[in-house]
Amino acid sequence: MSVENTIGKARSKWMEGTGPDNDVVISSRLRLARNIEGYPFPHFMSEEEANHVINAVRLAVSEKAGAKFPVETEFIDLNELSQTERQILVEKHLVSPQHIESPANRAVVIAHDESLSIMVNEEDHIRIQCFLPGLQIKEAWRLADKIDDVLEKTLNYSFCEKRGYLTSCPTNVGTGLRASVMLHLPCLVMTKQLGAMVNTISQLGLAVRGYYGEGTEAYGDLFQVSNQVTMGQTEDEIVTNLLTVTRQIVSQERSTRKVVLKNNKPFLEDRIYRAFGVMSYARVMTAQEAIKNISDLRLGVELGILKTPAYDQINELIILTRPAFLIKKAGRPLNAGELDALRAEIIREKLSKITIN
Amino acid sequence: MLCEKCQKRPAAVHMTKIVNGNKTETHLCEVCAQGDNSVSFGLDPKWMLQSIFAELFNTPHTENDPSSDAGVKPNRCEKCGFTDAQFSQVGRLGCPTCYDVFENKLDPVLRRIHGNPRHTGKIPKRTGGTIELRREIEELKRELQAAITSEEYEKAAEVRDKIRGLENKLG
Repeated sequence: MSVENTIGKARSKWMEGTGPDNDVVISSRLRLARNIEGYPFPHFMSEEEANHVINAVRLAVSEKAGAKFPVETEFIDLNELSQTERQILVEKHLVSPQHIESPANRAVVIAHDESLSIMVNEEDHIRIQCFLPGLQIKEAWRLADKIDDVLEKTLNYSFCEKRGYLTSCPTNVGTGLRASVMLHLPCLVMTKQLGAMVNTISQLGLAVRGYYGEGTEAYGDLFQVSNQVTMGQTEDEIVTNLLTVTRQIVSQERSTRKVVLKNNKPFLEDRIYRAFGVMSYARVMTAQEAIKNISDLRLGVELGILKTPAYDQINELIILTRPAFLIKKAGRPLNAGELDALRAEIIREKLSKITIN
Repeated sequence: MLCEKCQKRPAAVHMTKIVNGNKTETHLCEVCAQGDNSVSFGLDPKWMLQSIFAELFNTPHTENDPSSDAGVKPNRCEKCGFTDAQFSQVGRLGCPTCYDVFENKLDPVLRRIHGNPRHTGKIPKRTGGTIELRREIEELKRELQAAITSEEYEKAAEVRDKIRGLENKLG
């Protein structure tokens, strides 16, 4: 297992499509922000200091320091990767888009099953991120907590009794914890109920935003719900709050699906089979159109109208059709038209192997 | 008037551009106007957050004495050299010590973001030292007070002994 493997394959642990409530919740993610005592925050430190931090983390995750992770990891210097390879890490959500903006003096530690990544010198010195399929925020917190303990054996964290873990931006100070779930909410969108729900959710200290697409437009009906407050609540309180609200959203989406299926079955079937038809035969497809069609296909499986493809195949399709993945596959730079053609080709190829009922 | 682009929704954004004396008029609906890169009405959420921070950061915390900050409180972190003006620009701090240096100015910002600006969560195991112990003692003291108020003296005595035990550990 090497970097090449991580970049070459589309699958990560979170894409397995398993886990509780996997008919609505695609994945759960949790990150902890930590900084090392005695150094300025990354945006304000010298190259030399940045290198110290990288070396300190490299040591902390190595077996030499006695680090015993529950998963096997690999340390990757971002400078060793090409721009396309770095972009793939973003498309797989292993690093943030900000992390690869200036790859100098930055690194990432990635677990072999990709359930864990540690960004070094992003907005904070250390960002531990755990990523699991389905609704597993508590499990993600348990994993992150363990990793945090392992790192703390070697590293002196910036911590103050009153303010907790000190972070570069005051929006993360305290627990440094941001937990989020990726939800597929086609029926709440279709019935225009989501807007009202978003208002209520934001009153509970949580934020909702579209996963793909800008502003209020969310392609593929994929949404992310995350906590906003990181201080004054314990980690368990934050996690439980998000879990409770997510369960409510899940049950709303499910009951809406039942109603829509009962009253508008022909309309739904049409939408789902059309998506399948377009994906099976289209010759050119934009990223936006692909996400929309993949979402409709998923809806078909969620409603039981389609028996296949499995959730993991659908999740894989989402990642396979992102731009950097396509460029990697082509092995050369592609212009927009070539990208859209290759995307359509890959989708056709994947779907040709699937017989639907 | 309908939107020029989609011909569906009513035009809500009217734009007049004059370039070298050539006047062009564009009429778009809100949706199409947002997609039009030549006009930017959308706020950058990051920018907004920063300007709100700056505003909160620079609001004097004592209403009746707006000049109390000037000259008295440091505006530069002695450890890393970061200034409060820089915070207003980038919305981030320079180093952990900045939290102490700019404490008075940061407090309203933290209160606004988090409600309760006091950490109650995890404590680092190795470097956290006696924090956990002290937190436990504080908690027990509250329990003791509650027991006394409700005249549960037996329980109060029990809690008191626990507190003594922990305080001995602190040394």
